[in-house]
Amino acid sequence: MKKESKFFKYLSLLPISFYVIVLIFLPLLYIFCLSFLTTDYYGGINNTLTLSNYLNLIDLVYIKLFIKSFLIAGISTFICICIAYPFVIFVSQKKKMTKNIIMTLVMVPFLTNSLIRTYGWIVLLRKTGIVNTFLQDINVISSPISFIYNDFGIILGMVYTLLPFMILPLFSAVDKIDKSVIEASYDLGSTSFKTFFKIIVPQTKVGLFNGSLMVFIPAIGYFFIADLLGGGKLMLIGNLIKNQFLSARNWPFGAAISISLVLITFGLVKIYQKIGGKMDDLGGF
Amino acid sequence: MKSVIVKLENVNKRYKDKTIIRDFNLEVYEKEFLTILGPSGCGKTTILRMISGLEPVSSGKILLDGVDVTDIGASHREVNTIFQNYALFSHMSVEDNIAFGLKMKKVDKDRIKKEVEKMLDLVKLKGYNKKYPNQLSGGEQQRVAIARGLINSPKVLLLDEPLSSLDYKLKKEMQVELKRLQKRLGITFVYVTHNQEEALSMSDRILVLNKQKEEQLGSPIDIYNNPNNKFVADFIGESNIFRAKVIKVIDRYAYVEIDLGKKIRIINKSYKVGDQIYIMIRPENITVGNRLSENSLEVSVKELIYNGANIRIIALFGNKEIKINVKNSDKVALKEEITISFNTKNISSFVK
Repeated sequence: MKKESKFFKYLSLLPISFYVIVLIFLPLLYIFCLSFLTTDYYGGINNTLTLSNYLNLIDLVYIKLFIKSFLIAGISTFICICIAYPFVIFVSQKKKMTKNIIMTLVMVPFLTNSLIRTYGWIVLLRKTGIVNTFLQDINVISSPISFIYNDFGIILGMVYTLLPFMILPLFSAVDKIDKSVIEASYDLGSTSFKTFFKIIVPQTKVGLFNGSLMVFIPAIGYFFIADLLGGGKLMLIGNLIKNQFLSARNWPFGAAISISLVLITFGLVKIYQKIGGKMDDLGGF
Repeated sequence: MKSVIVKLENVNKRYKDKTIIRDFNLEVYEKEFLTILGPSGCGKTTILRMISGLEPVSSGKILLDGVDVTDIGASHREVNTIFQNYALFSHMSVEDNIAFGLKMKKVDKDRIKKEVEKMLDLVKLKGYNKKYPNQLSGGEQQRVAIARGLINSPKVLLLDEPLSSLDYKLKKEMQVELKRLQKRLGITFVYVTHNQEEALSMSDRILVLNKQKEEQLGSPIDIYNNPNNKFVADFIGESNIFRAKVIKVIDRYAYVEIDLGKKIRIINKSYKVGDQIYIMIRPENITVGNRLSENSLEVSVKELIYNGANIRIIALFGNKEIKINVKNSDKVALKEEITISFNTKNISSFVK
């Protein structure tokens, strides 16, 4: 009986093990090995070990690029937080049925490919787009505003694409707060502002960090948004990696950037676990 | 004359088209322990929430210490609530939980520290400062919640079924403790519960509420001994209620006829011959045997339940079950057919 259940346990783990090993771990290992090799003029790989790919990264150009990518990802995350908090607090006060409907609506955009949705923004916001034409027609502006093909465009695209990833974990955290805890806060003389910062935020710390991670990490890597809404001029780490693999054909260097990114991301996840762990000690939700 | 600390004037509460509270009036006296008692869904919690300001009133007025607070929100009313599930802030230590109210008032730190210590001492939780709510037992969490409310020295402390999730023994202990605390601090308590035993043992006055209406307001003794109506008689304590018809009225007394044509003498409450009323007798006011000859019934014993100090007899009168409590020490002779009797002064009567 026990043997049988153990067999079943391993059997049920098989698909996910296959997925993780063959589709994530092995390619990552390949990239990792690749990052220590060199390339020749035509993009071929030479089997000479080197650290130069990593050392090349320590260059002001790349460091600036990293900082800029993190800055854009950070700003996008912050904007997502600012939009998501009021939204989820509002939704959590609704009836169960209404909650379900609204949260389903949040996920509806996922039914359309994000690339196509990004093109949609171009149609709306380019100089001859709907918004600019309309604003000019009603004489609010005299010449078109550059909404896209700049940092604003990239941040807009990131926030739009990634907002649901902030809303979902934050909603499940906020929804779990007992209504009477919020009421107790008001009852004890607290204002809405203080209740938010002293009660709601600390009690949803894990959800907040979880959502931030889900927004921040993709925001570093979503090269197509920077390509489309940044007009191809503004590069992020994601674009740099893409270019190394597809245009410059310098796979080892691209691999080195990727591995650096993986390490940074891993560090962030570690911080998350630390916060999560502390929350468990407190017996938070 | 006692001074009124909370006054509700013609308060109405509606949710959409549903009326939760209709034309409700209540005066709570200073330093009293008032219990609002009623079955679930009777609107008792809504009344409490309207006093606290957590629930706005649809119409009517609420006065706190003579000041109209109807339009003042919960955070600015000098009342505090103890919630049913305690509603402690799980991310804060016991100390920070208790200090929360004073911090919101921007009281200086040294004073907060002193006050917190005083409160911890008061609720017997000295040394618990740095613990977190999840490290405490239900009873301890309850004490933290009480301390957190009392530290603001509210004009009224509102308690929403605070003991309902504690086990029986702890519940008993906390009942005594709450009552002592209230007497000692001289703070008005408005206590909401569906537990009649809690209400009887702690309150100065009880308001019995049913279906959004006040059924009776009075002292525990008054409510238990002289219920106004069938609902109160049935809801508080145990009772034997009979339908009765008034057949004769002789100044102080009225004679009624119950099932099987039995005649009972009751105290007259300006009844007229022909009135359809109810009479009620508590199980402990019934004696087995014919020693009290004022009123007696012949019944057959259906069941005997031994409760230690008491014996519960369930007897059949016609097809109506009658509950009787006799003391174990009474050594009554129990046969299959017995005569039970009760005094006229122990019979309550009411018209509905």
